[in-house]
Amino acid sequence: MITIINYGLGNLGSVQNMLKRIGTPCIITSDIKEIEAAQKILLPGVGAFDSAIQKIDELNLRSVLVHKAKVDKVPFLGICLGMQLLTRGSEEGILNGLDLVPAKTIKFEFDQSSNLKIPHMGWNFVKTNTPSKLTENFSSEHRFYFVHSYKVVCDSNNNSILKTNYGGDFDAAIQNENVYGTQFHPEKSHKYGMQLLTNFSKI
Amino acid sequence: MLLIRYIPCLLLKDNGLVKTVNFKNPKYVGDPINTVRIFNEKEVDELIFLDIEATPKNKEPNYKLLAEIANECFMPLAYGGGIKTFEQAQKIYKIGIEKVAINSALHSNLDLVKQIAEVYGSQAVIGVIDVKRNFFGKSQVVSNSAHDKHKYTVEEWIKKLEEAGVGEILITSVDNEGTWNGLDIELIRQVTSISKVPVIAHGGAGNIEHLKAGINQAGANAIAMGSMVVYQKKDFGVLINFPDRKILNSINEK
Repeated sequence: MITIINYGLGNLGSVQNMLKRIGTPCIITSDIKEIEAAQKILLPGVGAFDSAIQKIDELNLRSVLVHKAKVDKVPFLGICLGMQLLTRGSEEGILNGLDLVPAKTIKFEFDQSSNLKIPHMGWNFVKTNTPSKLTENFSSEHRFYFVHSYKVVCDSNNNSILKTNYGGDFDAAIQNENVYGTQFHPEKSHKYGMQLLTNFSKI
Repeated sequence: MLLIRYIPCLLLKDNGLVKTVNFKNPKYVGDPINTVRIFNEKEVDELIFLDIEATPKNKEPNYKLLAEIANECFMPLAYGGGIKTFEQAQKIYKIGIEKVAINSALHSNLDLVKQIAEVYGSQAVIGVIDVKRNFFGKSQVVSNSAHDKHKYTVEEWIKKLEEAGVGEILITSVDNEGTWNGLDIELIRQVTSISKVPVIAHGGAGNIEHLKAGINQAGANAIAMGSMVVYQKKDFGVLINFPDRKILNSINEK
């Protein structure tokens, strides 16, 4: 059973659709009691860093999320903005992140001469940096759908499990013990995403 | 390396899929759900659904059908047609569709983009620009299925849409749409040279060479395809299809 955190941001419908397809039961909730009982947590998110953190704090979810991740050590997956929320903080805002992975979130920046657009939007390949249960059986064929203007930088390269190239390599998926994050959207990435979510459901 | 996106752009009318020529004469091409299943198997990059009757007939988006589509879709999904309010956009997102495409409503209420983008982010809003050349070959911005003409230039309108906060632009040439004659390269180049956000080029793509031209000559970040993915070939019967991934990737590498 995967508990999807509903804090008012993020595309919950599509995550739910894909979990249904791979046969993994899930609930969508913002109820503290239900989250306390969670066996696995999925934190989705799109939009701005501070507005997400504000909503999490308004719903008093910060402490229960941190407790589940650090004390109960349940498998915990942040997707897209949900991954950025796992870091200390973001250049996009001033509020503190959940600080579950030693990393920070910074803006994509390119030279004036670059023709790369921001956001990084579309399908891109990933390559394994540090092997992880989340990315078991990945190949060079694996591509995922990304859409983001900020990127995560891990303090230690060991916490970076997948890299993707966009004007240089960046951390496309991260892990700190039981806490995982993907910058891309597995729920929108066909069989590749199904494999990742299946891997997560088995951890 | 970021891959160029090739996006089937599918037109909805009532509960069916249709294909038009120059935004006119919609011909029935099939059932949307079956079509989505086929595109799912073909692992297409993304899908855009446009309801061509919603604005002209002042209808609500067909939420029931869209929910069925979203249930079957494991790729990014955009919907356009008849969206006039934040609440309508919100309903679309709740279904599991992550982008709304808006044209007509923005001509009277550009603030709608801001309202939506503040909550859902810029990437969730596609600004749709339909362009029709007049008798003298001059580009005119049109909306409401090309029934309404607007006085600002394409450049002026792009700037306004970007200031308002759209995350992407879908540019369609009404004159080329459904013709199989190729994209309007001049128009698309004009758009990509100004736009700071990704540009989806649409209208006229009929073969791989046309896609190449859209990317290499016109600088598009994505190409939307209609006739090419619903018909076997020009003047032939319906066949839901998608170009071979290897061929598409080889365009990328140029």
